Amino acid sequence: MVQKQQLPITSEDYQRRLLMDRSVPGRTGVSLPALDVPEQPLPGTGMLRDDLELPEVSEGEVVRYFTNISQLNFSIDTNFYPLGSCTMKYNPRVNEATASLPGLAQLHPRQSPEQAQGALELLHGLQEYLKEVTGMQGCGLVPLAGAHGELSGILMMRAYHMANGGSHRRKMLIPDTAHGTNPASAAMGGFDVVAIPSDADGNMDMEALRREATDDLAGVMFTQPTTLGLFDTHVVEMCRIIHEAGGLVYGDGANMNAILGRVKLADLGFDVVHLNLHKTFSTPHGGGGPGAGPVCVNERLLPFLPEPVISVEKSSDGNRYVFSRPTQSIGRLGGFFGSFGVLVRAYTYITLLGGQGMLDISGNAVLNANYLKEQLRGYFDLPYDRICMHEVVFSAKLHSGVKALDVAKRLLDFGFHAPTMYFPLVVDEALMIEPTETESKETMDAFAEALRRIDDEAANDPDFLHAAPHSTPVSRLDEAKAARQPYLRWRPD
Amino acid sequence: MPNPADRKYSKEHEWVLMESDGSARIGITDFAQTELGDVVYVQLPKVGDSVTQFSQIGEVESVKAVSELFCPIGGEVTEVNDAVVKKPELVNTEPYAEGWLIKVKVSNASELDTLLDAEAYGKLTGEG
Amino acid sequence: MLQAIGVGSVDDLFQDIPAEFRNPELNMPAPLSEMEVLQELQRLSERNLYPGRYTSFLGAGVYRHFTPSVVSALVSRGEYLTSYTPYQAEASQGTLQSTFEFQTMSSQIMGMEVANAGMYDGATSLAEAALMACRVTQRGRVAIVDTVAPNYAEVVRTYAEPQGIEVYTVSSSVRELEPDTACLLVQSPNFFGHLEDVGGLTDVAHNHGALMCTSADPVAMSMFKSPGAYGVDIATAEGQALGVPPSFGGPYVGIFTCKQEFFRQMPGRIAGRTTDTQGRTGYVLTLQTREQHIRRERATSNICTSTALIGLMATIYVACMGKQGLRRVAELCYHKAHYAAGQIAEIPGYSLPMEDTFFQEFVVRCPRPPAEINAALQDRGIIGGLDISDLTPNGMLVCVTEVNSRREIDSLVSALKEIG
Repeated sequence: MVQKQQLPITSEDYQRRLLMDRSVPGRTGVSLPALDVPEQPLPGTGMLRDDLELPEVSEGEVVRYFTNISQLNFSIDTNFYPLGSCTMKYNPRVNEATASLPGLAQLHPRQSPEQAQGALELLHGLQEYLKEVTGMQGCGLVPLAGAHGELSGILMMRAYHMANGGSHRRKMLIPDTAHGTNPASAAMGGFDVVAIPSDADGNMDMEALRREATDDLAGVMFTQPTTLGLFDTHVVEMCRIIHEAGGLVYGDGANMNAILGRVKLADLGFDVVHLNLHKTFSTPHGGGGPGAGPVCVNERLLPFLPEPVISVEKSSDGNRYVFSRPTQSIGRLGGFFGSFGVLVRAYTYITLLGGQGMLDISGNAVLNANYLKEQLRGYFDLPYDRICMHEVVFSAKLHSGVKALDVAKRLLDFGFHAPTMYFPLVVDEALMIEPTETESKETMDAFAEALRRIDDEAANDPDFLHAAPHSTPVSRLDEAKAARQPYLRWRPD
Repeated sequence: MPNPADRKYSKEHEWVLMESDGSARIGITDFAQTELGDVVYVQLPKVGDSVTQFSQIGEVESVKAVSELFCPIGGEVTEVNDAVVKKPELVNTEPYAEGWLIKVKVSNASELDTLLDAEAYGKLTGEG
Repeated sequence: MLQAIGVGSVDDLFQDIPAEFRNPELNMPAPLSEMEVLQELQRLSERNLYPGRYTSFLGAGVYRHFTPSVVSALVSRGEYLTSYTPYQAEASQGTLQSTFEFQTMSSQIMGMEVANAGMYDGATSLAEAALMACRVTQRGRVAIVDTVAPNYAEVVRTYAEPQGIEVYTVSSSVRELEPDTACLLVQSPNFFGHLEDVGGLTDVAHNHGALMCTSADPVAMSMFKSPGAYGVDIATAEGQALGVPPSFGGPYVGIFTCKQEFFRQMPGRIAGRTTDTQGRTGYVLTLQTREQHIRRERATSNICTSTALIGLMATIYVACMGKQGLRRVAELCYHKAHYAAGQIAEIPGYSLPMEDTFFQEFVVRCPRPPAEINAALQDRGIIGGLDISDLTPNGMLVCVTEVNSRREIDSLVSALKEIG
């Protein structure tokens, strides 16, 4: 009996079929020019390859496939996306227009600085803006993401201690509320991590901090506002304790959106801060990058910035911008000068908004978060009931065993992306909501209403929540299976 | 699932069962596997490795957590449960039976005295 | 809204900031309209001399290739552009499935068993490969061949040395490695454009119990034998050549692939295939226990990004090109570069000092300092090759790809004749 091959006939099956399963020998999605020079002798076949399998599909098929699967995503352009700590604000399209200008997008990184004066002027301008926002003395634009900014900050702290007789300073203090990148970055810099607990108000526990401020202290990595969405009121005292013990204060700028123009971290005592341009300065997240994580430093760390930095030579016939290597630089962190395309977008955004815009961002971001907090008061626990900054952290202790996970998944059915869940680790069943400044009152009202309905469903029909989401392209996925039997690429089978 | 009374327990949530040949069979407790959730990967020492009591000898991973595995008793590893390496979910379904992890030839049986019995371990994990 | 919160003004919301530091002076310009912003950025853009306005023969790690129009059309869709890392898998199947495609494409091109979702760029991929080799072998030294791009070698040092890992340089004819060496790092085609003896060097590494880690140009890999075919353990590449604009050095995407046996030591994100509660196929981020948000200071890396959008760009580029198209691009580059090399070698005073097989890039020894020659070329509307006189006497690294027409090549040759 001949077994008929089962064809995928439902539209979902068809839409999601992988490229290799769409491949038909001989098809291509591109037309290339004919060779216009005489053919040259090829090297011996021993060096050549004939085993490369790649999909063979038409241009139309490529467009339909990637358009169809794109529609399986939630995004800022299509949904409210209150993912705490990620600052999912609207990404102005003018950013995309400027980043694709041919003099910027086609500029080659190996060109001489003389041929790239426009690009260097832009980079220098961005350095100045970021210095102003943080109150710092120097800025390095090289880091390619937030975690990369952390690594450069950590390496600068290490280099500073090495240069100042502090090679025994290996202890890095990190609050228990910190992002996981902080301890991971500290470890990559060769430091030993010591976690510091939070106190009842959500501030850093100062007693624990004092105990750990010993002779082997390298410094502290601190997020201000904290991941609890709170401005840590002990911050000035904390910086004093760290400095008196000979340590340095690292600022994780992940939550900068809350305090733009309201306070400069350098004034509070921070020595180094990284900024996430993909959060605070509206460059698109792209489904997981690219980002950019410039580092700003005070005078002590100026000589250690990653290379290169852009400096200006003023003369009678105008400014000349040059790359320079800080005297005790920690070295190169990436192939070239950073995520230039991302830096162009951030520069565009800052130019568009100006100084007043910085205040409007933080003002509206904090206003929106506090408004949402009040709309949801009484429905979810507020472990730290204070005025919050740009985000609010609830504890989703609900009826009938409904968990933060269930609430998050059910929100997807209402067309809202879920908040960050189960973070920070110090809050049970955490739901961390960051509306950002670009959302309207009407959107937030609708979101709050959805959460209130979910609270109602938790009381009346918990099983319905356990099984959510119900309207997304797929229901809950088996993560255990994915990890037990890793299937990480297409295979012929 | 009740903690069997035929074995000893560590505060780090491992159990030890002494076999008739004098070797010790080791696994993690029902409490530990519940806390971890779906176990997806176990990393174990090799046969022949010598281990000391309470030293780290491997890791048990679930989808969203990693737990260090401490050896509740010192000695030499004589057997590794291949079944659990291939099917880590055995740790969830049968933590006290097919989900055992390693066997150790005990070097100092008095180390057993430092461990908890089932009742004391139950109290530690909030039972009863 | 203020009423609902119970405060009188927005300023009241910032009362936790110590008063003496609150509302500092902010020395920044006034806002501009979108039209003015565009004009200002256009001014900056036009201050640059850029390929397109000028003929260019620059490569050295960043290559200009023709990119089909569908690439930018698709990656600028808001669903890709403005979504976050796919933490909620049910709401991120587009990103996750395209990441799975990227992993497939990466492993196919490199001839390797598994790939991750992408790293920052080619240089950091190679650095992370070195760190991973140290974890796998539990050894503490890294050997790097001296033909690896200098900027890559510097990044490897920046990453490795703070962790107490010693990096030392060897030549590509190395036969013995130092004790405690975790890996040998090789680039092929190397910085000078030439193919290395990857097979021979892999034997050297393996005979020593070290891993072999390589960096490659993915376009060259459609024509030349893949790292996988030579038994390489960790194979990385700069993904920029796959349809990503030069954009003055970034953002790019690092390709990171390895043998199956090492995948639990990989850094970065990984998408995996699974099923939902109704048995339908879907994709999730998997093996996350390697990562920083779970393992914190014991993670395989601190990296969170996979530069997903750039990975998507590369994936769509490769999908358009397909098996034949990508090979065709490589062959066009090869023939044009060899034609150009032949023509330049015939100009009196110019020679090709290296004899090994090259792909699309080669070293020219000039009769005088390349800086002078490049200045004269710029007057003729040509951006010349990279001045590498610090590495080889009067050396210029010239790159020719399919975007350089014969007319452009011939005008470079006649310009060099004139300049002498």
